[in-house]
Amino acid sequence: MSGIPHDHYEPKTVAEKWLHSRLPVIGLLYDTLMIPTPKNLNWMWIWGIVLAFTLGLQIATGVVLVMHYTPHVDMAFASIEHIMRDVNGGHMIRYFHMNGASLFFVAVYAHIFRGLYYGSYKAPREVTWIIGMLMYLIMMGTAFMGYVLPWGQMSFHGTAVITGLFGAIPFIGESIQTWLLGASAVGQPALNRFFSLHYLLPFVLAGLTLVHIWAFHSTGNNNPTGVEVRRGSKEEAQKDTLPFWPYFVIKDLFALAVILVVFVAIVGFMPNYLGHPDNYIPANPLATPAHIVPEWYFLPFYAILRAFTADVWAVQFVSFITAGIVDAKFFGVLAMFGAIAVMALAPWLDTSKVRSGRYRPMFKWWFALLVVDFFVLMWVGAQATTFPYDWISLIAATYWFSYFLIILPLLGVIEKPLAQPATIEEDFNAHYGNPAE
Amino acid sequence: MFRKLTLSAAIALGLSSGAALASGGTSHVEDFAFSFEGPFGSYDQMQLQRGLKIYTEVCSACHGLEHVRFGTLADEGGPHYGIDEVWDYAGQFEVWDPELADGEGDFRAATPADKFPGSSLSNAPDLSLMAKARAGFHGPYGLGINQIVKGMGGPEYIASLLSGYEEAPECAPEGFDGNYNTVFTAGGYPNECKDEHGNHLYPGSWIAMAQPLYGEDTEFDDGHSNDLHHEVQDVAAFLMWAAEPKLNARKEAGLTGVIFLIVLSVLLYMTNKRLWAPHKGKKRDEE
Repeated sequence: MSGIPHDHYEPKTVAEKWLHSRLPVIGLLYDTLMIPTPKNLNWMWIWGIVLAFTLGLQIATGVVLVMHYTPHVDMAFASIEHIMRDVNGGHMIRYFHMNGASLFFVAVYAHIFRGLYYGSYKAPREVTWIIGMLMYLIMMGTAFMGYVLPWGQMSFHGTAVITGLFGAIPFIGESIQTWLLGASAVGQPALNRFFSLHYLLPFVLAGLTLVHIWAFHSTGNNNPTGVEVRRGSKEEAQKDTLPFWPYFVIKDLFALAVILVVFVAIVGFMPNYLGHPDNYIPANPLATPAHIVPEWYFLPFYAILRAFTADVWAVQFVSFITAGIVDAKFFGVLAMFGAIAVMALAPWLDTSKVRSGRYRPMFKWWFALLVVDFFVLMWVGAQATTFPYDWISLIAATYWFSYFLIILPLLGVIEKPLAQPATIEEDFNAHYGNPAE
Repeated sequence: MFRKLTLSAAIALGLSSGAALASGGTSHVEDFAFSFEGPFGSYDQMQLQRGLKIYTEVCSACHGLEHVRFGTLADEGGPHYGIDEVWDYAGQFEVWDPELADGEGDFRAATPADKFPGSSLSNAPDLSLMAKARAGFHGPYGLGINQIVKGMGGPEYIASLLSGYEEAPECAPEGFDGNYNTVFTAGGYPNECKDEHGNHLYPGSWIAMAQPLYGEDTEFDDGHSNDLHHEVQDVAAFLMWAAEPKLNARKEAGLTGVIFLIVLSVLLYMTNKRLWAPHKGKKRDEE
């Protein structure tokens, strides 16, 4: 499977040979676990296992929650309280699930920014990147629909706002919104189908996880130098790599345990900190909350959605040339999805031949600014839309697009990269010394 | 371009703090010290019993607790009454039982298996989750720092609100709807009390609920102080329990989990170090 030469599984016992000639499943597991992995991977390469763990956690807790939950507009809220009060251990399961969503997004954002810095999206790993972006989109959809299920005030009015975004699409928007909700407004049909999809999509994610892993096992992992593993012979490859088991499994498990210390502390000591208190008020269509704020992990893109108001010249220009078809609201929706689309297109927008940001002196700073920009967007997404927040979000949103559409293509041309190490072994020994010495 | 961006960001940030101060609708939530704050905090059983008494004698006249089962009053980590006391207590309330009178339904005395009745007034919200629904998470700059650092949340808000009734400012017209409260911000506000920019001149707003507690509203068997300051804390603590009855168990589980995972982390760290040692030389002093 992998392009990196390594030992393959050889069945030894009679039973193994019998099974192997019929279904080479042990060989598949062996090759997956023993895959040669660049030995210089740093601590930013641990988020994949955190994500895999979190998906498992969400599915396991979710399956139990479903046993006690009732997807009905008159009973959903009370059934959550039933879980919190009457079900054995229900309050812990529910808080794990609720905060598990936050852990999921912390990990996915770290994972994505890791890829953006070390150029993991570049050839030949574009397919891994695109599948990852698809998984990120599905994750957002799943998280959004999960937030609807408690049927609190934020659930209800958040759904109205988000599905309303589709209503902004010219001509067909209203039909799409009705189709999504199963009715002209948020109600029982919407709750039922969101419940159904919230249960389905995590399994789609699990399937895509396998494809994601398959894709980067085919190309080999990227690594902090961005330099490829030598593939001339098995001996050469072994100088650059170590098998995934046990070296990276133990390392990843250690990192996971440390992260779980923080996670369990949040679940145990302040489980509602990341949520919105209004969701402890049952949904009331007649009383709209003063501020409808999405969960923190949506805020950067929510800020981009709100940044482009009718008084921005770019919006007025686009509105003019499209004869008003693209109004400010639709422009905002396009910008929000566009912000993710430009990220997905990074493999083709980045013109630099050098993969790792470590050897790109100018890129480093623009990347650092992108990280700051991301947090500014997250913060401003929860603020009012008045001055000066409107300006901050506009500047921050503009930078997000500029980074992908202008800076990445341009840097590849004007930047003089630093010297890269010839091999992974050279980089590893430079850090840790040569054990042979 | 870089410099310009940083500059505009810096200016924008500088302006924002001023704007936040200038906007109206302020209120001051006092930071009460509750026993259940922090990782090691837990409910004070006696305080919950006092709070229940205040709830029963004052709040329950209008408000309900429709998610709270009477039987949980006997739970450990709650008011922890004896089950006989809970039978007596529940018996004061009447609940509708649709199975009585040959399926016609009728009222009967409540048992520990029943839940508290809901609110009897249509504009009095149910109090089951009030302490979680009114948690002031916003803190300075929307970062929720007050909650992390001071442990402030719904109970602080409830206690502040209940002791936040004051004489209405003189600018308010005679007979303006509601009661002036310095903590409640979601109510009506007379135009006469705003400046020319629409900013509120006084904190809080006008709330429909009349002042419910004045101090010495109830007597406690153990002679505990019943001044207003103590009463509002007792009832706020009780409402926190009503909203989060498993708080003690949750914190214990969290503490066990954290300790277990720290031990696991240390073991995995040592395993990892040992595992990698043959492949690493002496660490060089660079980077």
